[in-house]
Amino acid sequence: MTDLTQLTISTARDALRAGDLSAIDLTEAHLTAIESAGALNAFVHHTPEIARKQAADADVRIKAGDAPAMCGIPIGVKDLFCTKGVASQAGSHILEGFKPEYESTITTQLFDAGSIMLGKLNMDEFAMGSSNETSTYGNAVNPWKAGNSDAELTPGGSSGGSAAAVAAHLCLGALGTDTGGSIRQPAAFTGTVGIKPTYGRCSRWGVVAFASSLDQAGPMTRSVRDCAIMLEAMAGHDPKDSTSADLAVPDFEAMLTGDIKGQTIGIPREYRMDGMPEEIETLWSQGTQMLRDAGAIIRDISLPHTEYALPAYYVIAPAEASSNLARYDGVRFGHRADIGPGDGITEMYEKTRAEGFGPEVQRRVMIGTYVLSAGFYDAYYNRARKVRALIKRDFETVFADGIDAILTPATPSSAFELGSMTDADPIQMYLNDIFTVTVNLAGLPGIAVPTGQDRRGLPMGLQLIGRPWEEGALLNVAQCLEDRAGFVAQPAKWW
Amino acid sequence: MSIDKETARRVAKLARIAVPDDHLDALAGEFNAILGFIEQLQQVDVDGVEPMVSVTPMRLKRRADVVTDGNQPKAVLANAPDAREGFFSVPKVVE
Repeated sequence: MTDLTQLTISTARDALRAGDLSAIDLTEAHLTAIESAGALNAFVHHTPEIARKQAADADVRIKAGDAPAMCGIPIGVKDLFCTKGVASQAGSHILEGFKPEYESTITTQLFDAGSIMLGKLNMDEFAMGSSNETSTYGNAVNPWKAGNSDAELTPGGSSGGSAAAVAAHLCLGALGTDTGGSIRQPAAFTGTVGIKPTYGRCSRWGVVAFASSLDQAGPMTRSVRDCAIMLEAMAGHDPKDSTSADLAVPDFEAMLTGDIKGQTIGIPREYRMDGMPEEIETLWSQGTQMLRDAGAIIRDISLPHTEYALPAYYVIAPAEASSNLARYDGVRFGHRADIGPGDGITEMYEKTRAEGFGPEVQRRVMIGTYVLSAGFYDAYYNRARKVRALIKRDFETVFADGIDAILTPATPSSAFELGSMTDADPIQMYLNDIFTVTVNLAGLPGIAVPTGQDRRGLPMGLQLIGRPWEEGALLNVAQCLEDRAGFVAQPAKWW
Repeated sequence: MSIDKETARRVAKLARIAVPDDHLDALAGEFNAILGFIEQLQQVDVDGVEPMVSVTPMRLKRRADVVTDGNQPKAVLANAPDAREGFFSVPKVVE
């Protein structure tokens, strides 16, 4: 084995178990890769001491036999996860200096399984953004370049650091979170695989909250198989999260036969948007054909309330965020502003939050405050929740009608240049989530799979949407799409 | 629905975010753009539809009403910007 960073989770696991590889060597190879990848700004807090300790422990465990699949696997952790004694800032200035006294349930489960934390990953501030440009750490940069252009591209957001790190082979897998598309859009922009599980599949305990009824964590990896392996280690009931589902976690990897003969795949007509680039349209047709060739039955379906998903999201998510982010007041943790003579506690709150939150977070907190304020609660918030019920019903109807999974584009474009949206209306940025946000509103599992490249060589992904709690079946359709698409391109190393 | 400078000021106050006076007009403009986008929701027929309250139809778990945690004031205060004598410290609240 020459370059250990070329391994996947599944191949590394097999090599570790066979004794052909040590977790220490695997970890050192990735720590070295991270050291030389500063230009990507993916890792924002480095934890090599923790990684080396965990690797040594993993080697002991593997040698003893019976180690779980994720044992000895080096991963990156999105900055949104609380990790004990390690900076956890949610990409925000307001949490500068915050080192949690506790460990999130998901990282606890992964560490108990023997996984190795290489460090914390860049992200949009409080997961609010689609380009990783709202981060207090500065932009994360996509390892991919468009053709011969030298321009820096966004890795997407909000899990931009996670996507960049996985695509650049700085880790074997990364934790992401997805409130409106924050795993699937960056995965599509970087040629990686990312799944947002069913709402309630993974515990939210210890994950900094953005919009609690939409937030869900998931894995980002370089193959569907790796996604299945990592998701299994993350999932499961947690008494500390009241919305976590008390359901058995299946062996997702064992469900990856790649055989989808006789399954019915829905193609929703409402996802064919005006002004959609021809290359995305073509990719979607090609993906449809791949599944048809694999023996699936393709059926046109209708999800009539799709166009109202983004407006509903931009009421519900800010409303929940305004409530969740009320805790950042300069009292218990994080930044506190200097106050002037005569300033009382209200001025302390107002100055702390003005200094601590960036412009996009401030905007969303204030929009949320407005739509929840007296006189507008019914017109905005309650109406949005009713529309959300209709969007969920759209999906329930097609699933009841025999649809096994739905195929859509993952994003309306491939990765765009960093800075290119700076002067645009915020709505233009929000449109990035147009194909992904319905899935969060309905609480369904969705996965982005790299399926092709545009004419400039940038990766493009398709999204598959599954029935609630059927991530295993969904991953299997994704496996089939991955097999047929045969996406093997990698970004040329420039960093 | 149009948000003016005074409404923007009131919202910023409710959200406890200090916004300088000369930024309020721009802020009101941004609010109006976003609210204009949200306005599409008025086109949907929602008669007889119940607002969604739970993502998955499940009954929340219950547990015995007993103390499960505690006795760690040091950990609780460890990240406080200003902690004194076992308490969070804030500017004077009551005159």
